[in-house]
Amino acid sequence: MIEFKNLHKQFGKLVVLDGLDLEISKGGIFAILGPNGSGKTTLIKCLLGMVIPNKGEIIFDKKSVLRQWEYRNNLNYLPQIANFPPNLTVIELINMVKNLRPKGANDEELIELFGLKNFLDKKLGNLSGGTKQKVNVVLTFMFDSELIILDEPTNGLDPIALIHLKEIIQKEKDKGKTILITTHIMSFVDEVADEIVFLLDGKIYFKGTIDTLKKQTNNDNLEHAIANLIAKQDA
Amino acid sequence: MKYKILLFLFFISVAVAAKQIVVCEDCGIKSIKEAVRIANDGDEIFIKKGIYKEQNITIHKSISLIGEKGAIIDGEYKGGGLIFEANNFKIKGIKIINISTSYTVEYAAIKVVKVDGFIIDGCILEDVFFGILIEKSKGGIIRNNKISSNRKGEAGSGNGIHIWSGDKMEVYNNEMWGLRDGIYFEFVKNSTIYKNFSHNNIRYGLHFMFSNNNVYHHNEFRNNGAGVAVMFSKFIVMHHNKFRLNWGSASYGLLLKEIYDAEIYDNLFEQNTIGLNAEGSTRINYINNTFLRNGWAIKIAGACYANIFLHNDFMSNSLDLSYNSNVNDNKFDNNYWSEYNGYDLDKNGIGDVPYRPVKLFSYIVNKTPQALVLLRSLFVDIVNFSEKVSPVFTPDDLMDNNPLMKRIND
Amino acid sequence: MLKILKYSFYDLMRSRWSYVYFLFYLILGFVLLFLNNDVDKAVITLMNIIIVLTPLIGTIFGVMYYYDSKEFTELLLAQPINRKKIFMGQYLGISISLTLSLLLGLGIPFVLYGLFKSAAIFNFSLLLVVGSFLNFIFVALSYNIALSTENKIKGFGYAILMWLFLAVIYDGIFLISLVLLNEYPLDKFSLVATMFNPIDLSRILILLKLDISALLGYTGAVFRKFFGTNFGMLISMGVLVLWVILPVFRMNLKLRKKDF
Repeated sequence: MIEFKNLHKQFGKLVVLDGLDLEISKGGIFAILGPNGSGKTTLIKCLLGMVIPNKGEIIFDKKSVLRQWEYRNNLNYLPQIANFPPNLTVIELINMVKNLRPKGANDEELIELFGLKNFLDKKLGNLSGGTKQKVNVVLTFMFDSELIILDEPTNGLDPIALIHLKEIIQKEKDKGKTILITTHIMSFVDEVADEIVFLLDGKIYFKGTIDTLKKQTNNDNLEHAIANLIAKQDA
Repeated sequence: MKYKILLFLFFISVAVAAKQIVVCEDCGIKSIKEAVRIANDGDEIFIKKGIYKEQNITIHKSISLIGEKGAIIDGEYKGGGLIFEANNFKIKGIKIINISTSYTVEYAAIKVVKVDGFIIDGCILEDVFFGILIEKSKGGIIRNNKISSNRKGEAGSGNGIHIWSGDKMEVYNNEMWGLRDGIYFEFVKNSTIYKNFSHNNIRYGLHFMFSNNNVYHHNEFRNNGAGVAVMFSKFIVMHHNKFRLNWGSASYGLLLKEIYDAEIYDNLFEQNTIGLNAEGSTRINYINNTFLRNGWAIKIAGACYANIFLHNDFMSNSLDLSYNSNVNDNKFDNNYWSEYNGYDLDKNGIGDVPYRPVKLFSYIVNKTPQALVLLRSLFVDIVNFSEKVSPVFTPDDLMDNNPLMKRIND
Repeated sequence: MLKILKYSFYDLMRSRWSYVYFLFYLILGFVLLFLNNDVDKAVITLMNIIIVLTPLIGTIFGVMYYYDSKEFTELLLAQPINRKKIFMGQYLGISISLTLSLLLGLGIPFVLYGLFKSAAIFNFSLLLVVGSFLNFIFVALSYNIALSTENKIKGFGYAILMWLFLAVIYDGIFLISLVLLNEYPLDKFSLVATMFNPIDLSRILILLKLDISALLGYTGAVFRKFFGTNFGMLISMGVLVLWVILPVFRMNLKLRKKDF
């Protein structure tokens, strides 16, 4: 479904993606992992069209995405930091995003689920970080799209909201959606991810299921398995 | 007593003897020249409606020349119109057109030479070289005339009312436009010019040369090439005139050059490039004038002594004052300056700090004229402010010690 | 784009600063007119304020809005919208809301004062037109700076420096070079130098109406042609439009390569 071919990206002298090749098939949850600065966010932003690669090609649904924007209608994105125009109300923001996308949305169900009903007429500037993140989640999941990208989705969520989030992710997966997640919370990965893509120095260092990783590193604990992966690289 | 009665009878007989000669196309007398030939002193020539193609009609008799409405003398660009060389004549209501331009002869619609006592009233002079040209005459009244022309260039055009060597003249209610100078006075004394409207002339609306003891008031001078010039004259009184919209590199509302002992009061100088330009002018009192939105309200060049500026309004001029000489005991006092931003704590209507009308910027513009494009720029304001705080380039003794807080003539 | 414009505009119209800005002009207008009673003087004072303040406020609002809405912009970038449209929408949203503050803030007191009866109406409308242009120009310039500078503090600094340069320093250099190069013919130089600074250009446009009597006092033929006919007005207006188009064009150029 998604194909990155020989992707290069440099910020000044800093090489972030160095000839990265990656193929992600349709359906399933993929966790994109890697140490800080390994290029996770850059990779996602390339896919979203926010970062423009120096070289390479990205194919989504059999079409190149570079300099295109229509394809994003089939893609939901949850950004890392939820920061909205402070003078708009929650409902105005939701309506605005709905307005921007020419497809139906199930926002009401999600608002109910995350208990945002009482906040709808509040200005976004007055909301707490957690509430903002809930709004963020609603905005992401209210559309029915093939691909869902979540950048640190657990940030600032209370345990109940977290459970709801996991449920939604599971539900979407069951519908056959492709879900990309970046996170540092290994337990979360362990719980939800089908496959792991491990990035290091701008290249794919490992790609496979969690079980394969655990076997390969002879480690039952995911966190340790990953640490092991990095250590092996250093050695 | 007997003699007096005789004298009275004599006058009656003269009056009765005075006759009217009618000129028209179908009359016995078809031309003005012929009418003049048969007329005697005291006769009236009545010119009926029609176009009379006659030039250089010379009149040596004390007669009246009265025109019916539509009576036109057409000079056909072949010379001048009427030439009067007799005392006590009168001309009224005649239209004279198409006077030829010459670089050697001063052709005029109406020329008056060595006459004592005359009236020129309600004439329309169109497309003339000179309009009314008066030489060595006195006691004349010139009123209600409209004089216009459309010649190009200063050399190829003449003046509207041109008086050379005159005494006790009265010029009022005339309108002049499209001429070289609207009114030109040279060696004229004891005369009055009032309620005239002189506009769109090539050079000056009004021009004085070597003419002393004259008064002009309630005139309007607008849109003339160079405004009004008063030069080499003494004891001139100018009041209640309007000097407006004279734009150009050498344009003034009023230009004073070598003037002594003049009184200038209650005038309005509005939107001229330079409201008042004074050069070599001494003992002049400027009182209660309004300077409104001029480029420079006042420019003072060299050798101006003992001038007094009192109770004038300086309103929204681009630059109030430009000065390129010493202060020379010229005095500014009790004027209103719209640029003044001092305070009046004791509420007596007079600002508590003096106002300095000369800005550093006006000094810079004098040296570098192109700097004018920076007028009203923030940087210029800053420079002006610092100069105001500690004057270096501008004369530090030039100031109005009692600037008024409110406009005088609102 | 219109949708983005609409929301940026709503957002800004509800911001406290828009009201502060609006109230500032409102109070200024009232004070100038009702404490002064002289429309000519009010227009001149207003010109001094508008040509300095609108660029400053435009610049500050521009960079502030860009950096403050960075994350939200990223959210928008992930939506199926052309990125050009996002930024043009934001740009127009800021410019229009600032312009509205200016027009209403000054317009209300002037209308109440009975400006429409006064002869100053043309000068006053010119002032508002120029003020609006300055808003559009300086928001575009500040957006350019913000787009080229990742660091918020640096971007803010550059933007303020740009304002300071165009509002004050440029004229200083300009004046000094005029005085130093006094011997050379400087007519064209001074007119061209004016064109390269939108603040100077706006000032000239207003001078053409307010101080035409003074401007015609200079003898140079180029000056006479420029100031004496409608030529100057047309050229200045044209270049002012260019001053909006070029930064907007550069903004779009920058956007094609910009990473977020």
